[in-house]
Amino acid sequence: MSTAQHIDIDWTACQGHGLCADYLPEHIVLDEWGYPLVDGAPVPVGTVRRARRAAADCPVLALALIPVRAG
Amino acid sequence: MTATFPDLHMPPRLLAPGATPADLATHHQRYGPPAHGDPEILLRTVAESGLTGRGGAGFPTYRKLVSVAQAGRRTGRAPVVVANGAEGEPASRKDRTLLRLSPHLVLDGLQLAARTVGAGEAYLAVEDGVIWLESALARRTADPLPVKVVRLPKSFLSGQAAALARYVSGGAALPTHQRPPVRERGVHRAPTLVQNVETLAHLALVARYGADWYRTAGTPAQPGSALCTVHVPGREPRVVEAPYGLPLGRLLPLEGARAVLVGGYHGTWIPAPEAAELALDASYLGAGVLAALPVDRCGLAETARVLRYLALQSAGQCGPCLNGLPRIAGAFRTLAAPGPQGTVRADLARWSGLVEGRGACHHPDGTARLVRSALTTFAAEVDAHARGHCTATDHTPLLPVPEEG
Ligand code: SF4
Ligand code: SF4
Repeated sequence: MSTAQHIDIDWTACQGHGLCADYLPEHIVLDEWGYPLVDGAPVPVGTVRRARRAAADCPVLALALIPVRAG
Repeated sequence: MTATFPDLHMPPRLLAPGATPADLATHHQRYGPPAHGDPEILLRTVAESGLTGRGGAGFPTYRKLVSVAQAGRRTGRAPVVVANGAEGEPASRKDRTLLRLSPHLVLDGLQLAARTVGAGEAYLAVEDGVIWLESALARRTADPLPVKVVRLPKSFLSGQAAALARYVSGGAALPTHQRPPVRERGVHRAPTLVQNVETLAHLALVARYGADWYRTAGTPAQPGSALCTVHVPGREPRVVEAPYGLPLGRLLPLEGARAVLVGGYHGTWIPAPEAAELALDASYLGAGVLAALPVDRCGLAETARVLRYLALQSAGQCGPCLNGLPRIAGAFRTLAAPGPQGTVRADLARWSGLVEGRGACHHPDGTARLVRSALTTFAAEVDAHARGHCTATDHTPLLPVPEEG
């Protein structure tokens, strides 16, 4: 079973570099203070690679891909 | 300071009568010996009782106990239990009052919870300044698990589960990005049960007297009773034990009230006529704060003071919270004074949306909830302020807000 992946932000770490919005413009835009607004939809299979790169390149490793689950 | 109601709605279950602290002998006399039954049977009883958490979230206690016990088995680590008496909410006094009057009920519940999840360590977390608990603990020579008292710096968020787990582990009392959750990885990375002290006190009674007894108070959907801190202007706040389903008007007088704040500073303003139709309900009760706002006061000014406090209490760790809460508080201050409002209403709506769900803890969510309910409940006052009027005649601050953040 391939579980859907979600974008998860560690808000205590995120510095609002905005790199993630460059990688994933269709899922992440920046708010008026420069912090990511994530659309919350499961990441489509075709985008997962790009999302993984965004996670790896976030300067403070604040972005993670996590399996969708309750709670 | 606080007393049980003279006009009782039910005989108090938790608070020792007469506002006199119950020592161990009095405690045993009143409730009988603690129950030390089989954990499986206790779990079933708790499930049947329908007991829910009294720290604000109202999560079923049974499910929490089970998930911590399971996490313990899965990880092979003995869980940790933390009794949460760190009442950060300035308007709430129920946990402090319970710990003062009936410490042994809480401590019975803590032992039972520890046994049920197979805990290897137990803590009782209280606010700085609560000093009498060690003497109560010293008398409890029959307790299987020693309990360590932990004192937290007074802050709105120190009682948040992740903050508490971090503090007990030796860190700062600040919320963390909780993944996995505290129930799986909390104090010293062990599965951790953080349970409000009132919940533990109820647990101690459910273990003694059973689920049916517990359900004799409250409604079938929301069984049991809850401790509430009731604020009526001109009187000291009172801690009252009331069954779910009780009409709100029986708990606090609504004649002459403009609105009621239910659930505390992360709660909701409700117009008095609507509040008169409500029954005590766990879905909005939060940690049990009920405060009446008289017609001669300004709900916007009160909310502005609370929001300033909430913004100062933000741990400042998360960008949206750090940026949004001070702006929200500032904008609300503009609304609270009669005069031109510019773009303030639109700003408040936008910022409330921007902070919601975008923090490591629920502080931004609770703050946004308070803002929205104030804008709805005091819509007429916002309009009056825009025209340069204020309908309030008494501007003395009402809700308790600590002086410095
Ligand atoms: S790249 Fe990382 S730090 Fe920058 S905005 Fe995105 S999540 Fe935050
Ligand atoms: S959301 Fe706000 S209060 Fe909660 S941890 Fe982040 S900065 Fe602190």
